[in-house]
Amino acid sequence: MSDYKTLTCADVSIGDKLPPLDIDITTGLVVCGALATRDFEPVHHSKAAAVATGLPDVFMNILTSQGLMTRYATDWSGPEAVVKSVDLRLGAPNVPGMVMTMTGEVTAIDTGSGTVDITVVGENNIWGMHMQGSVQLALPQGA
Amino acid sequence: MTTEELKAFEDEIYAYVGREVCPPTPAKDDVNVAMIRQWAEIIGDTNPAYTDADWAANSARGHTIAPPAMMYVWGQEGFAVTTGRAPDAQSDLVSLFNEHGYTGVLGTNVKQEYFKEVSPGDNVVMEMTIDNISERKTTGRGPGYFFETLATFSNQHGEKIGTQRFKVLKFIPQEQPAAVASEETLQVPTRIPSPRGHDNKWWWEACDAGKVLIQRCKSCQTLRHPPRPMCGKCQSMEWDSIESTLEGEILSHTQLHHPKIPGYQYPLVCAVIKLSEGTNFVANIVGCEPSDIHIGMKVKGAVEQVDEKTMLPQFYPA
Ligand SMILES: [Zn+2]
Repeated sequence: MSDYKTLTCADVSIGDKLPPLDIDITTGLVVCGALATRDFEPVHHSKAAAVATGLPDVFMNILTSQGLMTRYATDWSGPEAVVKSVDLRLGAPNVPGMVMTMTGEVTAIDTGSGTVDITVVGENNIWGMHMQGSVQLALPQGA
Repeated sequence: MTTEELKAFEDEIYAYVGREVCPPTPAKDDVNVAMIRQWAEIIGDTNPAYTDADWAANSARGHTIAPPAMMYVWGQEGFAVTTGRAPDAQSDLVSLFNEHGYTGVLGTNVKQEYFKEVSPGDNVVMEMTIDNISERKTTGRGPGYFFETLATFSNQHGEKIGTQRFKVLKFIPQEQPAAVASEETLQVPTRIPSPRGHDNKWWWEACDAGKVLIQRCKSCQTLRHPPRPMCGKCQSMEWDSIESTLEGEILSHTQLHHPKIPGYQYPLVCAVIKLSEGTNFVANIVGCEPSDIHIGMKVKGAVEQVDEKTMLPQFYPA
């Protein structure tokens, strides 16, 4: 069994940066992400439907973006962290061929409740901000 | 639309506030390992709390959980939506907006809060209402209204596990969206090109050729930059230029963090540099950590190709 570490509030300081993560936006990720989130809106799997809305190709659905945002937060915190909220503002679409870079920073720590707030930005290399928001995590009490 | 018509329309839309979009509805499938594994594989989430039963058995929770971001997934209608959805209060509201010209639609915010985790075997029950509709707003997209749906999620024991607020802008589109040819390939953008006018085109053309020129008054020999038609000292319009050695020192500097502009390389530091010739010059500082840059630092420039279309002077620590 692998050994996974989880951060505690004592390990974290306001201003700590999360390691950046690049996500290749592929047709596979867009279409399969839509399927995995049972979002069968044609714009997420049919290029013709997406083109009819004025976009060049299928685009990522919101539930996949939410998934990537929580993944980014818990990749950093470790698996015993409990996700309390994900609040995101939507920007430019993620379309196959783009690369989205996610960055994050700790903005608040409440040692009483054991929660940390991190802001996360996902920016793609063609159109810029795809999503921007915050994730609140409850971290385990330190040993 | 007259004031009376607007009032009648707003009375109609605001009557939707509080309306039920969907009554409490149990998900067709219970939370299950197969759907969680598929989600985790595709999202690339290796969190063992979702997929590693052995690890989870020894964790604080004692068992695996569903990814919280799947909360809305369990109640999704399924493939039937490809041929349309059954009407509900939300689609009626959207139709009402469309009929009055508010045809544009933009999801702007989504917030999920989680109160309790769920695990394989649990069932997620979702209900949804139209929670609020804003006053008429002027937005960058056009005039419109924000409406927000509130979905509430419970488990099979009636315990509230979370909520989702989804905000949508319905607006009157101000311009037709530019048609994008389907065969057009996505291009990584280049830097914003410099406007080249009558008075500065010559400078940029020299830059394209790898040279940084400094304008010089033919009457009084005063150097000036950026290029302009008249000498500020003697008002002469006669000028020539000299080539800069690109040696200088930093007078001030700033780092651009956010929002990142596609096509630019980050970290992105802009500095005002005093060239050895005496004129000031704005350029990027590269080749060192932003934290190492300081006022008074000696720098040396080179004209370099920074992207497919752009030649620019960049400065390195000397
Ligand atoms: Zn002069």
